[in-house]
Amino acid sequence: MTPLAGYLLVAALLFAIGLAGALTRRNAILVLIGIELMLNAANLNFIAFWRYGPHPEALTGMMFAIFSIAVAAAEAAVGLGLVIAIHRHTHTTDLDQINRMKG
Amino acid sequence: MFETADQIFVLLKHWLVGLLPMALQPVAGVVVSVAAIVCFFPALFALTTVFERKGLGRIQNRIGPNRTGPFGILQPVADGIKSLTKEDIVPLSADGAVHFLAPLVLVVTVFMGFAVLPMGRNMVLADMDAGLLFYFAIGASTELSVFMAGWSSRNKYSLMGAMRAVAQMISYEVALLLSSVAVVMISGSLSLTKIVEAQNHYSYGLPHWYIFTPWGLAGFVMYAIATTAETNRSPFDLPEGESELVAGYHTEYSGFKFALFFLGEYLAMFSISGLGTTLFLGGWSAPFSFLTWVPSWFWFFSKLMMSIFVFIWLRGTLPRLRQDQLMNFAWKFVLPMCLLNLLVAGLWRFMGDGWLRWVICSAILVAAYVGLGWEEMRRMHIGARSYRYAE
Amino acid sequence: MSFAFYLIAALTVAGGLAAVLLKNTVHCALALTVAFAGLAFLFLQLDAQFAGFAQILVYIGAVAILVVFAILLTRGSETPKDGGIFSRTWLAGLAVAAAVFAMLGWAVLQSAPGLPGATPEPTVTVGDIGVALMGRYVLPLEIVALLLTAALIGAVIVAMHEKEGGK
Repeated sequence: MTPLAGYLLVAALLFAIGLAGALTRRNAILVLIGIELMLNAANLNFIAFWRYGPHPEALTGMMFAIFSIAVAAAEAAVGLGLVIAIHRHTHTTDLDQINRMKG
Repeated sequence: MFETADQIFVLLKHWLVGLLPMALQPVAGVVVSVAAIVCFFPALFALTTVFERKGLGRIQNRIGPNRTGPFGILQPVADGIKSLTKEDIVPLSADGAVHFLAPLVLVVTVFMGFAVLPMGRNMVLADMDAGLLFYFAIGASTELSVFMAGWSSRNKYSLMGAMRAVAQMISYEVALLLSSVAVVMISGSLSLTKIVEAQNHYSYGLPHWYIFTPWGLAGFVMYAIATTAETNRSPFDLPEGESELVAGYHTEYSGFKFALFFLGEYLAMFSISGLGTTLFLGGWSAPFSFLTWVPSWFWFFSKLMMSIFVFIWLRGTLPRLRQDQLMNFAWKFVLPMCLLNLLVAGLWRFMGDGWLRWVICSAILVAAYVGLGWEEMRRMHIGARSYRYAE
Repeated sequence: MSFAFYLIAALTVAGGLAAVLLKNTVHCALALTVAFAGLAFLFLQLDAQFAGFAQILVYIGAVAILVVFAILLTRGSETPKDGGIFSRTWLAGLAVAAAVFAMLGWAVLQSAPGLPGATPEPTVTVGDIGVALMGRYVLPLEIVALLLTAALIGAVIVAMHEKEGGK
């Protein structure tokens, strides 16, 4: 197995774990944690392809990962702000109970 | 002769490593350096606790510890034996694993910060290209250990202390980063050794330290405020305010674990003072060109101890802030001033040499500080004391 | 494949698994930081020093702390009284995730022989990254700056007290 394949497999496993977490957990914050894991798995792919790709000096994969980190920070802030706002409204973060459009 | 004195620790390390077989030498070099840091800074910590208690005692018109050894110098040894032999109490409802890990995470992350500090010519453990970024990344992780300690104790005072600490550290970390970014802009490097080298020049016998420029002075003041808050020192010691929160996030720690927290806080103070020295005060470079024969490590540690003295002095002088004052100060004063400082540093960088940039940069900064200070003073109402309660 | 890679990969995956499986929400957040730290070490293994440190600074220093704050503000560490921690449709979710992993893994293993082997270590300094950010990637940089400002304002407005938001 080449090093690149190893990294890609780890990234795929992390992505699947994150997806499973996002799809199965009841707590809204845990769903966000799952999404963060998926984003990170994608970042790992970008960095691995940058490292083992033909033109590492072009920095394309690295730049993608850096921008993705910056965007993920914004996403986390807004997502958690939304969870807190919903909690203030419905007094729960249980996604099975937040099932009405009208509060 | 002077050369040897300057490089004495480096030569000592090479001699020690040279005793070992060739294959082990790269590993041994790292181990020796790490061991030196791990032994030296706790020793300095022990000395500084006596220094602090004596100094505070003098400020408060008392004598301070003077029973153990000559002038109380053996006090830390007695304290160490006491904390080692004390019973280690863990609350029944505490979260065992997290409660155990919190002090370890704090001490390990704080020690890692020393790896990139150049403590003398050629005296740096890991000369990284992104040294400053490494330092801030490690520094950000200490917040998590504070939260772990406060949350796992299952004590409302611990939790409140931890939340105060984390909120405060996040707010002031922004200021810390922004005031350091100005230095990066001018020196053009994230490597701490390169930043020191950029300041190690002299004209008319005076050094080119960044504190002797308008943006550097303003940046250093902002950096000093941010470090005081970041290390939870007075007047920003709300997370540990003993009259409000017992002792904050380490209320439920006793014995050796408490000593680890104490050690971690002091080491954080050392390392962040070391970083301030490196960024603004010229690191290991001498203050006058005719003093360059004095070993470089002597200058680094003198500047470090001067910073520590200022910390102790502030602690003995200023009263504690209120939580809303702390947050307002961070977001409404320190942050805008750091942003202005970035602008001024940019102007300084592109205006070229000459007296014009001195005049313009100083004028902008003085105008901003005087204007804001005047505005604040005008708005301040000094009247009967009013009480406000947390929601 | 070095020993360090297997160790770090195992740590990262264990952290990720713990983050989605543990019962106590704060434990999940702490396990998440382990996974983030493992990913940062993987970046360092891949000679991406800058990205690795940025990962620690942003994820452990900011995102993990935000998650922890949100958990405490929503009293999320209390486990729900009725039923478990997983949603009613957990079986379908697990099946989808397993299918995705099977497909990704199959694709990687199928193309593994064609993937490039060990390549020389790229010599990229922080200076190069800075030049690239200010040169070729300056437009994305500006857009990210705009996005972060918008997110900052948006998060403040969303999380603001509703009774104070009215005035």
